[in-house]
Amino acid sequence: MKLVSTIIASVALLMGTLAHAELRIRIDGGAVGAKPIAIVPFVNNTGAQLDTDVTQVIGNDLQRSGLFEPLPENAMIAKPANPQDVKFQNWRAVEVDHLVIGRINVRPGGGYVVRFHLFDVYKAEQLIAFDVPTDSRSGGLRSAAHRVADYIYEEVTGVPGVFDTQIAYVTVAGKGASRQFRLIVADADGHAPKTVVNSGEPLLSPAWSPDFRKLAYVAFEDGQTSIYVHELASGQAQKLVSKRGHNGAPSWSPDGQEIVASLSHRGSADIYRINVANGQMTRLTDSSAIDTEPDWSPDGSTILFTSDRGGKPQIYTVDANGGRATRVSFEGKSNSRGRYSADGKQIALVNYDDQGYRIGVLDLDSRQTNILSRGPLDESPSFAPNGAVLIYARQTAQGGELATVTSDGRVRQRLSQTGSVREPAWSPFLK
Amino acid sequence: MKTTTLQRIAKPATVAMAVALLAACGSKDEQLDQAATQETTRSDSGIGTDGADTYRPPAQQQPQTPVDPDVALREKRTLYFEFDSAELDSKSLEIVRAHGRYLLANPGIRIRLEGHTDERGTREYNVALGERRAKSVERVMLLQGVARSQLSSISYGEENPVDLGHTESAWAKNRRVEIQYR
Repeated sequence: MKLVSTIIASVALLMGTLAHAELRIRIDGGAVGAKPIAIVPFVNNTGAQLDTDVTQVIGNDLQRSGLFEPLPENAMIAKPANPQDVKFQNWRAVEVDHLVIGRINVRPGGGYVVRFHLFDVYKAEQLIAFDVPTDSRSGGLRSAAHRVADYIYEEVTGVPGVFDTQIAYVTVAGKGASRQFRLIVADADGHAPKTVVNSGEPLLSPAWSPDFRKLAYVAFEDGQTSIYVHELASGQAQKLVSKRGHNGAPSWSPDGQEIVASLSHRGSADIYRINVANGQMTRLTDSSAIDTEPDWSPDGSTILFTSDRGGKPQIYTVDANGGRATRVSFEGKSNSRGRYSADGKQIALVNYDDQGYRIGVLDLDSRQTNILSRGPLDESPSFAPNGAVLIYARQTAQGGELATVTSDGRVRQRLSQTGSVREPAWSPFLK
Repeated sequence: MKTTTLQRIAKPATVAMAVALLAACGSKDEQLDQAATQETTRSDSGIGTDGADTYRPPAQQQPQTPVDPDVALREKRTLYFEFDSAELDSKSLEIVRAHGRYLLANPGIRIRLEGHTDERGTREYNVALGERRAKSVERVMLLQGVARSQLSSISYGEENPVDLGHTESAWAKNRRVEIQYR
């Protein structure tokens, strides 16, 4: 019986791999100063064979963040299942700061509940304990495990975790006329990639709606570009705008009612607001220069964009209702493709100077730009919704790959697969 | 406007100048031009075989002129640009004008101008830059009197490089506008 279910599990895994290559994650540094934590293997109280190793998912999440160093299972002196069984001296002996224990129970009415307890080993006290149910979302136990990791991460670091979020990106396979572009959505750890759009022509600029339900993106077809709005649950795509010239660089308003984009039907590329429901447009900029790559501030008041009106591309801001634009980036030779942080106080951008194109974060109060990546061809930065991590695209000899870096520059990951990966966009928090 | 341009072609002085220009560009950018010619030979044949639209030299042209210099210029279908620039150099301008004259003489023929950039800089900015390049070619032709309906343009930005390398010479080949006869 056990053998049968193992075989089924491997077949399912294999099919998944064939259908969509999964991103490989490598961590570049980060172990220095990481907090030691013990995650005791969770007890399976369900009586069933589970498709997800919850303990491993939690451990991998915390380790990849670079802020935690999980204790190997063979170094554990005891494996308590209940809070009353925890003896803190066992954990001080192996020098971990934190201890996690838990169990998986059947949820009345269907699904499972993951119960966990997080302890501070030196204070000898429980910090938090939660029952995390699997929900109707497709993620199942894996998603529940990510949420457990999110609770632990937030309790220890003070910053919300982003393990139960998703990323969108574009992959390119093949060469020349047989190139295949795919817009893919996957879990933040690269797991469970799903193809949203498949095209023989380029796909660009995926942008998440604030409610997490839709992706806007740009598609080339038959000598024309269009901005599409794709509803993820239904798979329905709406062609929002496809005017003469380029229709590009979509970004959502915080209320999800509008998209700000760059359109060139009246000559040079300018910034427009477009109502998603009725397609009504408002022009925000009117220059003979290139105005593109807009992004809406989280409070809805301001829109940033790239413009070369001063000669070289720089970041400008304009009131969301239009008016005079103000230049905000000054460092290096040029700056482009800005993205606001969730608190609106910082702008992630692509900075160009003698060292090439690198990802920087511009602090709007201090006006300082902190360079976070190494170049020379980095692009498309996107903040995780907690503001603590950025994802971006870089170029290697093997093709394009994705990378993440913490906003303090301390922890780096590389996410790659066969072929080229580009245009990452980190989802908002699930609501 | 139309007639002025046509008459100017016929002037022997201009022909001589164009020939001189042609000779000058033979050496320097030979490699690039070769690549460009190879790319576009397929679409070339389509025009020649179509009897109605075959280019006929203007009637007043001197019979003793053995080669119409525009034919050689029109062999070149790719125009190259400097980094982050949409300016046409004088050599490119001659090529564009030769195609423009052909379109003027053949109002039934349409072309698509395809703008491209190298991989440096951000993708959406590069789409806009490629569009600006295509438009600077379009502008020259419109000034020549070519009908807007004969011209269409699209920019692929950095998405369709001809050379996948990450070197200056690869980038130079990728910063281009392709003239495609339809």
